[in-house]
Amino acid sequence: MTALYWLPDLPDWRSRLRGLPDDAAAAWDAAVPLANTRIDFIRTNALDETLRRAIGDAVPAGAIGKPVRLAILGSCTFAHLHAAIRVAALRRGLHATIYENEFGQYQQELAERGSALHAFAPNAVLLALDAHHLAAGVSSAMTNEDAAAALQETAARIRDCWRTIRDSFACQVIQQMPLPLHPALLGSNEQRLPGSRAAFIAALSGELRRMAEAEGVDLLALDARAALDGLNAWHDPALWHRAKQEVSPAAAPMYGELLMRLIAARQGRSYKCLVLDLDNTLWGGVVGDDGLEGLVLGQGSALGEAYIAFQDYARELSRRGVILAVCSKNDEADAMEPFAKHPEMLLRRGDIASFVANWGDKATNIRAIAQELNIGLDALVFVDDNPFERNLVRQELPMVAVPEVGDDPALFARTLADAGYFEAVAITDDDRARAAQYQGNRAREALRAAATDLPSYLRGLQMQLLWRRFDRVGLQRTVQLINKTNQFNLTTRRHTEDDVLAIIADPRAFGLQLRLLDRFGDNGIIAILIGRMLNDADLLIDTWLMSCRVLGRQVEPTSLNLIADQAVALGATTLLGEYIPTKKNGMVKDHYDRLGFRLTVEEADGTRRYALDLRAFTGAETFIDVKEG
Amino acid sequence: MSEAAFYPVLAEIFRDVFMRDVDLRPALTAKDVPGWDSFKQIEIIVALEEKYNIKFHTRELDSLHNVGDLARVLAGKIRP
Repeated sequence: MTALYWLPDLPDWRSRLRGLPDDAAAAWDAAVPLANTRIDFIRTNALDETLRRAIGDAVPAGAIGKPVRLAILGSCTFAHLHAAIRVAALRRGLHATIYENEFGQYQQELAERGSALHAFAPNAVLLALDAHHLAAGVSSAMTNEDAAAALQETAARIRDCWRTIRDSFACQVIQQMPLPLHPALLGSNEQRLPGSRAAFIAALSGELRRMAEAEGVDLLALDARAALDGLNAWHDPALWHRAKQEVSPAAAPMYGELLMRLIAARQGRSYKCLVLDLDNTLWGGVVGDDGLEGLVLGQGSALGEAYIAFQDYARELSRRGVILAVCSKNDEADAMEPFAKHPEMLLRRGDIASFVANWGDKATNIRAIAQELNIGLDALVFVDDNPFERNLVRQELPMVAVPEVGDDPALFARTLADAGYFEAVAITDDDRARAAQYQGNRAREALRAAATDLPSYLRGLQMQLLWRRFDRVGLQRTVQLINKTNQFNLTTRRHTEDDVLAIIADPRAFGLQLRLLDRFGDNGIIAILIGRMLNDADLLIDTWLMSCRVLGRQVEPTSLNLIADQAVALGATTLLGEYIPTKKNGMVKDHYDRLGFRLTVEEADGTRRYALDLRAFTGAETFIDVKEG
Repeated sequence: MSEAAFYPVLAEIFRDVFMRDVDLRPALTAKDVPGWDSFKQIEIIVALEEKYNIKFHTRELDSLHNVGDLARVLAGKIRP
């Protein structure tokens, strides 16, 4: 699979492209986000062509980094890959200009100082000799000695090219690895016939890898990619015969990605820090609600092992220099507990350079992480199973990479690897030491980052709150939520199935189940409200609980509007609220204060009682559309 | 599927490839459409192969002279 599947899909992509401004600088700025979406080769070509019409050949004002001047020295057709290479640069905010040698003339152009190649003055050179070209003249009729000699000769010729490139341009040299496209003559033990072209290309690839280390050349490992994606995804023999395209056009976007990662890495523009969500990202379950014992983590279930495997990948990345951070909506103590106490946890608190767990929005917290670590936001990759959080961060902080990891932990590591954020061309002692540098000793800097524009995000979510009275269909889920929710739970009253049935039957009480939908989908039942009349005037809110997944989305004031409507219908004039403290529900201590209730009593055990006069109450305006259903 | 049923699909692919609406009729050839060169031809073919998860036979590709040929080959390959 060569699709850029970790990038988000943009529904109005086509119309956004059509609306690309004519002004060069504005067109560039509008094109960068379009390049950061899941586009196939046709859209890639369309984006490139439209943008080039607007900006011409000049480097636009908004381009960052050093303009890339890439020379491709090849032996087959590359014209169909240029657009994808430029768009892969655009994805990173980089501008790329491409030179390609006249067909079959790469050695002459390298040798002649007056050639167009020398006039182009590249700052990166890709030597891309196709497998047919490299194996030309090799035949199974050769003796083993002749085949070995041909291998040495070909390798030496390539090494000479590298050296000439380095001497001429003093720039990054990239060697494209040949695709293993020759059909086998023997089979699994092809290496026993050195004159087999398949065996020759395999042996040459080994030789190129060895030489590249000695010569400081970076490899574009198409062969490794073909092993992952299948050769058919990269090479189509029919297109080779038709147009001498070694790389299939459908693979062009991925080709551009792989190449531009190497160039960006040499510019020091790879990502540096992996920011991790916790609940359902590093472990299964919600630690604040399920507790340490309730987490799905480690041996015993496939899901638990998948989370461990992802932790292992993150830890391996950190050992080679990628910084790890945590950004979680949790009480800090709850978030830290598994790191300290869960026997199956691989990651330890000491592996995490910046640990932010609170109830604030994640964009603000990610800003704080960047500040604390003193790195740019454009060095951060954020992994979260929750699409709401991913989209919020993407909208607020477009420079942060937010892969579409889905919610299956078994695929998290591969998605990160395929996305290539942490591409590195060298490993230094500094890299190995970095993880240690960031450990401990870092006082949390105050979270005084620029405020996030939440209202516009919430408006864009097109949220719908569907409420319905308790019913037998939803009974099990209702009872489960009542007995499982620990954090956003004002009274933590546990009710049995019979209790809930009694509420359904009681004409002077109501029980509501709330479902939240938005443009990303259905969040399921996210809140439970129970109210009962104490006398002719006062309605007590017996239970108010909510899933922490929907915090910060105005569900609380919208729920209050619903409660008020129900209470008025029962004849109430006053709402009574209670906060009963537990070890887990500190986050809602001020819930009723925030909603404008008046504190009437505070008891010695911390229980607070509140009242709200319904005759003076006007419901808050929110971005949530409320319906019964 | 009938040949006619493929025209809306082709129209969408042509619009993406040429970034404008192309008025498709059976007799339309590459010479009639500015920008329809051999690269664009391959783009169209690969886009169709990806969309329908099919592979064109080299002989089929050699038989394509106009849009009508393309619809005919598609109708022959894709069963409803």
